Amino acid sequence: MADNEERLRRTMMFVPGNNPAMVKDAGIYGADSIMFDLEDSVSMAEKDAARILVYEALQTQDYGDAELVVRVNGQDTQYYANDVKAMVKAGIDVIRLPKAESADMVKQLEADILAAEKEFGRQEGSTHLMAAIESAKGVLNAPQIAAASDRMIGIALSAEDYTTDMKTHRYPDGVELEFARNMVLHAARAAGVAAFDTVFTNMDDTEGFYRETEYIHQLGFDGKSLVNPRQIAMVNKVYEPSKKEVANAKNVINAIEEARLKGSGVISMNGQMVDRPVVLRAQRVMRLAKASNLVDEEGNYLEK
Amino acid sequence: MEIKDTAVAGTLESSDIQIMISKATDGIQIELKSDVEKQFGDQIRHVITATLNALGVQAAKVKAVDKGALDCVIKARTIAAAQRASETTATPAWEVL
Repeated sequence: MADNEERLRRTMMFVPGNNPAMVKDAGIYGADSIMFDLEDSVSMAEKDAARILVYEALQTQDYGDAELVVRVNGQDTQYYANDVKAMVKAGIDVIRLPKAESADMVKQLEADILAAEKEFGRQEGSTHLMAAIESAKGVLNAPQIAAASDRMIGIALSAEDYTTDMKTHRYPDGVELEFARNMVLHAARAAGVAAFDTVFTNMDDTEGFYRETEYIHQLGFDGKSLVNPRQIAMVNKVYEPSKKEVANAKNVINAIEEARLKGSGVISMNGQMVDRPVVLRAQRVMRLAKASNLVDEEGNYLEK
Repeated sequence: MEIKDTAVAGTLESSDIQIMISKATDGIQIELKSDVEKQFGDQIRHVITATLNALGVQAAKVKAVDKGALDCVIKARTIAAAQRASETTATPAWEVL
């Protein structure tokens, strides 16, 4: 897995790769990750134009701190090879492989990325990758897929193709996705990479969106793929820690610092030993609190 | 790169520019339509010409309909149209991107 411990990935926003207005403005909404799409949102006749547009935008536009991802066309298409070359040359952070079904597909992508890094003089290993799980086969092979490459940053469930493969469709309660969600999540955690939930496309159903986001947050997903910038604030709200959680995390961080100053290997708080899971959770809460602008640089809670 | 056919890239949507390139015998001629022609006409022509020069296109007739495209979009659409017009879409000129 790539070294991605520190990064928050609550929101991954889809941007159609052949739409200049959306490509240009993608950085202004505050998404943790921006995913430029060369695949399903681009018609066959425009694949070349989208690839070039995304390439040129990446050279000139400022997308701030967002992680930049591109979804290339599938390995069984004639567009895949040039997509990978162009995006590696452009210096994209992450290449997302659609319809991943096996570890071999990921290894193939890794080999293609490495060849492109050599061809265009980019630092070897600088281009990361992720895989989208979109079929029954992909779900069952998720553990191997997630662990297939040192460049892997995460795996994502893509529910539209998956539910079609399963001979069902999406329901408001999401029961049809239960197994896939848990497989993808466990595969990601076992491999030490991020887990992204699928998109929610009904923009009129705000309540349903919150219900689904709260559910995947509870399961432990890093975040969600999004099709509309309006959903970014909604996801961030769900992932925002409570004041009590922040106060508790701050105490844990302080206890670590105190132990460090004392040169003590054992961390204690209120007379209780603080073990590693508690520390990790506290650090994540503080990262979320900072991203949500709930605390200042020193970690002090800011009253709204 | 030799222009063999007439080819188009880009749309008439906001922030885009539609570029049509066709064969010509003598130099690069650009016919530009843009609401911001007065302010940015020279710059748009310059980006198109510079991109075509970089691609090694010596002669071409260009019709451009601008809808407020940024330079990076103008460059991208010019490359896409030129590659289509020279039938080199499958083997892009990587050094020019």
